This record gives sequence, C-alpha cells and structure tokens, in this order.
Amino acid sequence: MGVHKIRMPDVGEGITEAEIVEWNVKVGDVVKEDDVLAAVMTDKATVEIPSPVDGTVKEIMGEIGEMTAVGTVIIALEVEGEGNNIPDTPKAEEAPKAEEKAPEPEKAPEPKKAENKPEPKKAPVPKPSAVKAQTGAPRAEGEKPVASPAVRKRAMDAGIKLQYVHGTGPAGRISHEDLDAYISGDSAPVAVGSGRRPNTDVSETRVIGLRRKIAERMQDAKRRIPHITYVEEVDVTDLETLREHLNATKKADQPKLTILPFIMMAMARALKVQPKLSSHYDDDEDMLYTYGAAHIGMAAQTPGGLMVPVVRHAEALDVWGIANEVQRLANAARDGSIKREELTGSTITLSSLGRMGGIVSTPVINSPEVAIVGVNKVAVRPVFQNGGFVPRKIMNLSSSFDHRIVDGYDAAEYIQEIRTLLENPATLFMEV
Amino acid sequence: MTKTIECEVLVLGGGPGGYIAAIRAGQLGLDTVCVEGQSLGGTCLNVGCIPSKAMIHAGDEFEKVMHFTGENALGISVEKPTLDFKKTVAWKDGIVKRLTGGIGGLFKKNKVRHVAGWGTMVDGKTCEVATEDGTVTVKAKNVILATGSVPVEIPSLPFGGDIISSTEALSLDKVPGKLTVIGGGYIGLELGIAYAKMGSKVTVVEALERVLAQYDKDLTKPVVNNLKKLGITVMTETKAKGLSKDGKSLVVETKDGKEETIKSDKILVTVGRRAKTEGWGLEGLDLTMNGRVVAIDDKCQTSMTGVYAIGDLTGEPMLAHRAMAQGEMVAEIIAGKNRTFDKVSIPAVCFTDPELVTAGLSAEEAKKAGYDIKVDQFPFMANGRAMTMESEDGFVRIVARNDNHMILGIQAVGKGVSELSAAFSLALEMGARLEDIAGTIHAHPTQSEGFQEAALKSLGHALHI
Repeated sequence: MGVHKIRMPDVGEGITEAEIVEWNVKVGDVVKEDDVLAAVMTDKATVEIPSPVDGTVKEIMGEIGEMTAVGTVIIALEVEGEGNNIPDTPKAEEAPKAEEKAPEPEKAPEPKKAENKPEPKKAPVPKPSAVKAQTGAPRAEGEKPVASPAVRKRAMDAGIKLQYVHGTGPAGRISHEDLDAYISGDSAPVAVGSGRRPNTDVSETRVIGLRRKIAERMQDAKRRIPHITYVEEVDVTDLETLREHLNATKKADQPKLTILPFIMMAMARALKVQPKLSSHYDDDEDMLYTYGAAHIGMAAQTPGGLMVPVVRHAEALDVWGIANEVQRLANAARDGSIKREELTGSTITLSSLGRMGGIVSTPVINSPEVAIVGVNKVAVRPVFQNGGFVPRKIMNLSSSFDHRIVDGYDAAEYIQEIRTLLENPATLFMEV
Repeated sequence: MTKTIECEVLVLGGGPGGYIAAIRAGQLGLDTVCVEGQSLGGTCLNVGCIPSKAMIHAGDEFEKVMHFTGENALGISVEKPTLDFKKTVAWKDGIVKRLTGGIGGLFKKNKVRHVAGWGTMVDGKTCEVATEDGTVTVKAKNVILATGSVPVEIPSLPFGGDIISSTEALSLDKVPGKLTVIGGGYIGLELGIAYAKMGSKVTVVEALERVLAQYDKDLTKPVVNNLKKLGITVMTETKAKGLSKDGKSLVVETKDGKEETIKSDKILVTVGRRAKTEGWGLEGLDLTMNGRVVAIDDKCQTSMTGVYAIGDLTGEPMLAHRAMAQGEMVAEIIAGKNRTFDKVSIPAVCFTDPELVTAGLSAEEAKKAGYDIKVDQFPFMANGRAMTMESEDGFVRIVARNDNHMILGIQAVGKGVSELSAAFSLALEMGARLEDIAGTIHAHPTQSEGFQEAALKSLGHALHI
C-alpha cells in the first residue's frame, strides 16, 4: 500500500492559486480513476479535479474557500502499490511538514505555504454576541404579560413595563432571568401591538467561490475606477416593431430575438465613433489597450451569482448570430457548463436585468474595461409629439464609464450614437 | 377645644383598606393618622366578614350536633342540644374585640396615630374630626379615602324594629323563629343558612330567577340543593312589597303577580351594599365619580392630586382583601415607590354551605375577553377526602386557554373549599399552566387533589374518573 498525493493542478495560464469550492469526497471514500474529487475555482471558471488513480481517500488537506497555491498537495489517497513519487510521510508527522519535503513544485510561488495553514486574515469581524432570552412568544395586542408577583414588583421598582419584556417561560411567562436579560440589554424588546417579533437570527455564510470572486472584482472596480454614469432614454417603438416582425417571420431554427442582440449590434457599430470604449486600461502600466474587436461581455445572473460570458467579435455577427451566441452562453452559464475561455476577454460589457431593469441603474465597470452599458426596462410612456401625446415604447440606457479614460463628451457621443441607431433600426443593418 | 394635627398621610376610615394602608404607611416611615369613628376594623371586623363567620360556625356546630340526634351514618347518638344564643353572640363579640383591639396594637407598633371620631373632609388636604374632646383638624399632604360601604335599604322597608340589616342580624338577642331574608345574594344566604341551622324557619325572597345570580348555575346547584335540605324556602322572581298592616308579615308579589304574606319575626334585608359617599364631605371635594363610586385609576389615584381612594368606596368587587391590597399599594406609592394595581385575581369566597370560591375569569368572562378556552371540572364525588367528610357535593373547575394551557380562572364549590382559594390565586398570579398544576403533588387525602385532577382531566388524563 502506498500513498498517492494530488496537487492543486495548474488550471490555467498565469494562474498561481485557485480556490477550493467543493469537496466531492470525504476521508474513507473509495474513489476510482476519473472520479471527481473536488472543484476549484480560478479566475472565473470552476474546474473539476479528477482522481488520477483508484484508491481510498486518506486525508484531505485543502479547506473550502481557501486560496491554495498551484502545486500544493490538497488530498492524499491510499492506493495499491507504491504510490506516486512524493515520499511517504511517517504517520506521526504532520501533513504540512510532508509538504515541505515535497519536491518539484513546478511553479508554486509559496512552496512553504501549507495548505491548511490559515491565510493571513484581517481582524475578524466581531461576532454579534450570543443573544440570550429572546425567544419568547409574541404577545397579542392587549394581552397582559404573564409574570409572578415578585417579577412584577421588581419590574415596577426598576421602572420597566413588562409588556415590553420577552417571556421565555411556558405560555410566555416572564421569569426573573428574562427581566435580567431585558435590564442588561441582552433582550430585544417585544414589539407590542402585533404578532410581529424581532428576528435576531444571525447566520454565517462564508463568502467563497464565485461570490468571493464577484466581491473582489466589484471591490476592485469601485476602488480603482472613478465611475461616471450617463442615462439616456431611447425610443424603441420602431425597433420593437421590427423585432416583432422578425420573430413572427423567423425560420424555425432561428432563435427568438430579444432586444439584447440589437443593442449589442448598436454597441459594436457605435464603437466606430468612439473606438477607445472597447479597451482595457492597465492602470499599473499606464497603458490603454484598444481593441478593434467588440467582445461584448453580457452580465448574466446564475444560481451562484453574477457571471459575464462573452460574445466574441460581435462586430462580425449579424443579429441572428448574436442572438444564437447570447442564448448559448446564457444557457451554459446557468447550467454550469460554461468554459473558462467563454468567461474571459470581454472588452466592453452589457448589463441587463430584462423586465426588472428598472428605470435607472448604476452599473459597475467590468475592470479593466472602460465602459459598461446598462439596459433598463422598456415601458410604454406618453411622449409629446406633433402637438399631442402619443404612446411610445421607451427604454433607458444607464451606462458607466471610466472617467480616467473617457470624458463626459465621449461617453455622451457613444450613447447618442447607440440611441440613434436603435431609434432608426434600419441603419443597424446598413453597411457604412 | 380645637386642635390641629399635621401629618404626611391621612387615612379616612379604619376598615381593612384603611388600617392596612395606615400600617404600611407607618412601616415606610410616613407620619400617618387614621380617622375612624367606630372601633377599628370597619365593616369586616365589626359587622361583616369576621362576626358572620363566627355565627356561621356556631350554626354549623349546632346543626352537626342536631344531626346526631337522629339516624346518622356515623352511628353517633346525642341528646337534643340547646343553644344559649346570648352566649353565642358574646363569644362572637369576644373575637371581634380581640381583632379590633389588635389593630390598635399594630397602630402603636407602627407609630400610626388613631384619631377616634367621625371625620369630614374640608378640602383635599384637611379633615375635621369630631372627637370626644372636641374638633381635631388634621392637615395632611396625602389623603387616602377608605370610607367603605353601607347596606342598601329598600324604601318600602326602612331599617328599624324587626326590619334589620346584616349588622343587626349578627347581634340579635335570640334566634328568630321565622326569619325572612330579602335578597338571595351571598350575605343573605350565609346568614340565612346559619340561622336555619340554629333553628329559624327561613324564607329567602329573591327578585331574580335564582339565588346567587352572579355565579353560574352549575356552581350554585349544590348550594341550592342544600337550601332545600336545610328546610329553607326559596321564593325566586318574588318582590318584597312592604310590611303587612299588623307589621308581623312581609308582603311579597310572586312571579305570577299574586300577593302573599310571609309571617316573619325578623326581616333581614340583604339586597347589596353601596359605597359610603355621604356624611364625610365628599360633596365638597368634587371628585370625579364613576356612577355612585369614586373614580380611581390603577394607582387608586382620584381626580384630585394627593387624594387616593380604596376599597368599597371605589366600587365592586367590594371585598376586604381587595381593599387591603389597594391600601398597601397606595401607602407604597405615597412613599415614592412605583406601583400599580396589577393583580391577576381577586378571589371571592361565599361562605354558604357548601362554600363557593371563584378566582380569575369565569368561562363566560374568558370567552367574552376573546379567549379560546377549555373548561373541565373534577367532582368531589370521586375524591376520597370529601367522602370521609360526608361532603361529596361539589367540584373544582378550571378555565384555561386552549392554545398554551394557561389557567385563566378557577371555580370550586364544596365543603371547606374556601381554603383552596389560596392555591387558586397563587396559580393565577404565577401564570400557571394546566401542566404546572397537574405536575404538582397535592397531598393525599385532601380535597385539594380535586384541583390537580381537574387539571389532569383538562389535559385528557384524569386518574380518578
């Protein structure tokens, strides 16, 4: 019998560490070759780690939520034969020490960093103190608090009205301890006059995986980028007429068109007047990379949180092509089958909440990009035209720009171009 | 001679409310004066609770012996007893004297000054007392009005001669041959039963359709049954009209409208008590009234700052223990403590044979208050101790909330159940649930087991029925 140790694999170019987001096995489990052991998350994608051998799980060293350097041993399997080339660890010895001995960490930047040593942490957020004596039944309106005469007298002496004190006893009886808790402030007062009661539950959720990734990226974007947000309304009445027509006359194999492919077309076309909005700004190097391509990231809600799959080369696609890509990527993002490559490389982003788009939003730029276009809901509104009100379909675009690169004028010009294109949908399809 | 006394607390009235207020105020170091024209103790000690219980006891004892002169299950035989009623009354007076004298001692102990004489409030802080030595003016920072209540008189049958109130009924010179009681409430029945046991031929005249009408029918049924056994005639839906021309009979109008005459040696009028609102200067104080009684808040504060009212003067329930609790509370409020009258239960006992106890809410009151309730009772018929006392009539009944089993009210009827009132009130004040009573060991064999069994029954697992 030997021990086969498995390292955090190199999951992508330039990636030095990954986060373990899920363990599919536990100690003692028998695994076969190619069984999935764990899921790790890199920059954007989740990668499954298969077992290279048959064996039994002997030890799990990586903890969920922990950033682990590539090359670090994360799991040890007991296998037939000699095991792999990592020397066997004496039983008494601690796993991390074995790790120090581990040879050939190809590119592990911190080979000393043991997988189960905690990451350097900031001072932990103080936990809310455990709350005592709070779970009394709510008291119906006008219902007298139940308490023994001694408790009532103590309350009166302390100037406390018992109807505000939680009773934890049977039938909501207020005990001396309940009164103590109220006096010491450990007990939230009863909301008198309703069956409502304060919910003092505190649940702890480790921010890991995609959520942590989103948090980091949002934090980074907001910290680095001075956002300006510009809102304009677009009359999409004609566009909607066209869309309805296309949907009514489309071929069976063509996807149903939403408004997004049209907006993406307009975004790609409008880059002609403001090319630098399809850029990456490397502020560490003071370098702006402006792309000829319109790789449009589309913010998509998934069960795990926000993902941004990318419609590549939107400038080269027609409306059906974009629609196909949008549908395919959205489905892949939702069912988790999306590939890492499909989640990276966008040069400008479109954010849409569909029907829930509201009237104004303040989208956060998908760093290191410099622009994001937000789509608000389409609503029929009265518009004053030719001496009278007419119902028009109006949609707002709320867009944010990196003010370090994009001046207000540039931003306005880009959005106005999009507006003009969308309000005159025929021009979307004219080669210029 | 006119003399002026100044004090912190003036208590007008030395009944159970007033004397307790005065003692407690004294304990708290307040300079206190209690004004009372009679001997201390008020109605309760002088002409109410205590002497009536003495007469009831005498009646019980006499009837017990009388019972043994005939066939009886216990096999006891005695000669026919006689009653020296004057001695009975003297014994009763002795008890009253001991108790009222005791209050004087407690006053001294707690440095309460007793000004003997009838007082009249001049204003909210001043009382003029007509004492044997002349008028004494008492000036006080705080006043506690505790003037009590007096028996209600029927206009057509004014008190005097053979028309008596409960007061006179407790000091008769002989057991009346024929006693007619007008009013089948608890006072009339208590005294009527006592005199019936001592040999009177008693007739109870009640205007309503049943006696003890403030209690429910189930509760009063054992009492009504026993009235029959004691040979007491009960005339319900019957109105007292007045005396016959010869003055020896009571004329009544029966429910079918007929006039009847009831030959009576004494006519005891017990149609209720009313707050004593005259004769002590209330009219000059201009206090806000609540009907015929002085209006108070939950601190017994009247509409005038520094003037409190307690006891029967403030209305129903006119019970000594309520007045005492109020008196104690008001003294503490005056001493600067934060108090409100927050009692869950003011138990009421009716010393008929058998006795009645009620504490907390009746089933009807609970329903009216919007509670979803369950009501269960345990009969003394299934209680060993009750059997050994030849008193199987009666039951303990518990009214509890359906949702959390909190006990809302307890009623009982049976021999000696007055002593259970403490357990009932304690349960209510402590906020007990059925499970608490069911889970408390009640000593065997006692009637109190009926309380536990009623709780068990309500929980679906009574053990003895």
